[in-house]
Amino acid sequence: MSMTITEKILALHSGRESAAPGDLVEAKVDLALAHDVTGPIAIKMFRETGVSRVFDRGKVVLVADHFVPNKDIASAEQVRILREFAREQDLVHHFEGGEAGICHVLLPEKGLVVPGQVVIGADSHTCTYGALGAFSTGVGSTDLAAVMATGEIWLRVPPSIQVNCTGKRGPWVCGKDIILNIIGTLGVDGARYAALEFTGDAVRELPMYQRFSMANMAIEAGAKNGIIEADETTLDWLAGRSKLKPLILRSDPDARYERRLTFYVNELEPQVAFPPSPDNVRPLSEVGTIDLDQVFIGSCTNGQIEDLRDAASVLKGKKAARDLRLIVIPGSPRIYRQALEEGIIGIFLDAGAVIGPPCCGPCLGGHMGILAAGEKALSTTNRNFIGRMGHPMSEVYLANPFVAAASAVLGRIGGPGELQ
Amino acid sequence: MQIKTMSRIDIIQGKVWKFGDNVDTDLIIPARYINVSEPSELARTCFIDIMPEFSSKVSPGDVIVAGRNFGCGSSREHAPLAIRESGIRVIIAESFARIFYRNAFNIGLPLLESAEAAKVITAGERLRVDIAAGRIESLDSGKVFAARPIPDFMQALIEDGGLIPHIRKRKKMGS
Repeated sequence: MSMTITEKILALHSGRESAAPGDLVEAKVDLALAHDVTGPIAIKMFRETGVSRVFDRGKVVLVADHFVPNKDIASAEQVRILREFAREQDLVHHFEGGEAGICHVLLPEKGLVVPGQVVIGADSHTCTYGALGAFSTGVGSTDLAAVMATGEIWLRVPPSIQVNCTGKRGPWVCGKDIILNIIGTLGVDGARYAALEFTGDAVRELPMYQRFSMANMAIEAGAKNGIIEADETTLDWLAGRSKLKPLILRSDPDARYERRLTFYVNELEPQVAFPPSPDNVRPLSEVGTIDLDQVFIGSCTNGQIEDLRDAASVLKGKKAARDLRLIVIPGSPRIYRQALEEGIIGIFLDAGAVIGPPCCGPCLGGHMGILAAGEKALSTTNRNFIGRMGHPMSEVYLANPFVAAASAVLGRIGGPGELQ
Repeated sequence: MQIKTMSRIDIIQGKVWKFGDNVDTDLIIPARYINVSEPSELARTCFIDIMPEFSSKVSPGDVIVAGRNFGCGSSREHAPLAIRESGIRVIIAESFARIFYRNAFNIGLPLLESAEAAKVITAGERLRVDIAAGRIESLDSGKVFAARPIPDFMQALIEDGGLIPHIRKRKKMGS
């Protein structure tokens, strides 16, 4: 039977010969993830299952990344719950302090995710790992508790939407712009419950870090997972990172899709999502004058070393505008060190940036860069909902790191072209 | 955490809190309040940015009626927990975001989908909802709406009181 890559992975993990949209399967989980926000509830619910040990101490990963370094007493208590559980269960992968980074940057970096896996995370952006050709989706804490107890999860096999991206990207255009354009077209519930399968020459040509940005934001169209078939780029990226054996699967040529869409990248400009929704997208040339109080570069969407390099290439020798706060947060300790050694941190500091420790921080209005009433921020993150980064009367605009860097210098939303 | 069990014959009667389309989990409970996980604390800040009066005025048995894609965004289970702990017994919407849908049933909070009910029912209306039958009746207008049937698997979760009791039961049965 012809299947998509998503159907093949789910069939293989549930001991079936095939899987079709709508089938309810119980899939074996290769990796289960929780962080300091979702973990404490998952741990509490795990205790209620009556199971005493997690299904595999090497496959349950806990990362303290949201409210760290602990922003207050309440947060410290949540982080402690993770630590104590990790010790009790003797978990192999527990990241805190100087070992912790943003979970969706950290797990691939540590080689914990490879193509063909089923990864379940108590975080909506778990869909990020689809960039490596894995089936990867976000759940809540109770679902994760059940996974920790049983090593399995019930899933309805999603229908797949094929998103064919074709053409050559222009300057300053990233995977982030392609996915924003897709979300703008589909709407925030346009792919609800579906698998978004990204394919085509424009995706094949994307470096890994930009593929991560694309899969990361699949949830912003309501998708269950985003997925990109593994290729040379994927395997090159994994080399030296992971000892796990990748399982390379591809959609059959005659696989069934709920829809097939084509996006033309040739003409695509950098995109900006206006508040209060990631689907409220406009091309950069139609933004108008939006003065900014803050620019944030980082997050699970754009916190990779190459994202920082992109931003630094624009910021080199320039200064952030007066009264504009530029905040840069590398996605992991390794990326931080790399940025330091490459002189990128110096470029940011010279530009007047504040460098934060690897964490989710301002992306969700957690800490390290909260907005006051009426303030406007341009952010390389994934959500611009009401109050997402602070006061409900503040505004968040989403864009790629090139645009973020240029906007920091301009003091308003604009592209690197304006600085030349 | 106490699981509120719900039986198949559950019938709910309460007044309506009305919301629009794409109510995301940041609106249900902003991130600045999710550095705790105790449901009673979460309930205090439920909808604080868009409906600050909600937490003090909601009564046990009340019903939320909303538009499309309710619960989109973050996977925080704090959102359905805060709603359940506020006393809301069922959410009726045109559609739900998928993670929220799983989370709600997993914690024993039933959801019903009815585009017509979501469109017609207004804030403050008194409803009588038969969850198992998917029957929604307005005690004010007399109108009756039929919700999409809850899938069998989700129905089983609700009958058991949520995913964890469901797993415990299956464990006991040795399956």
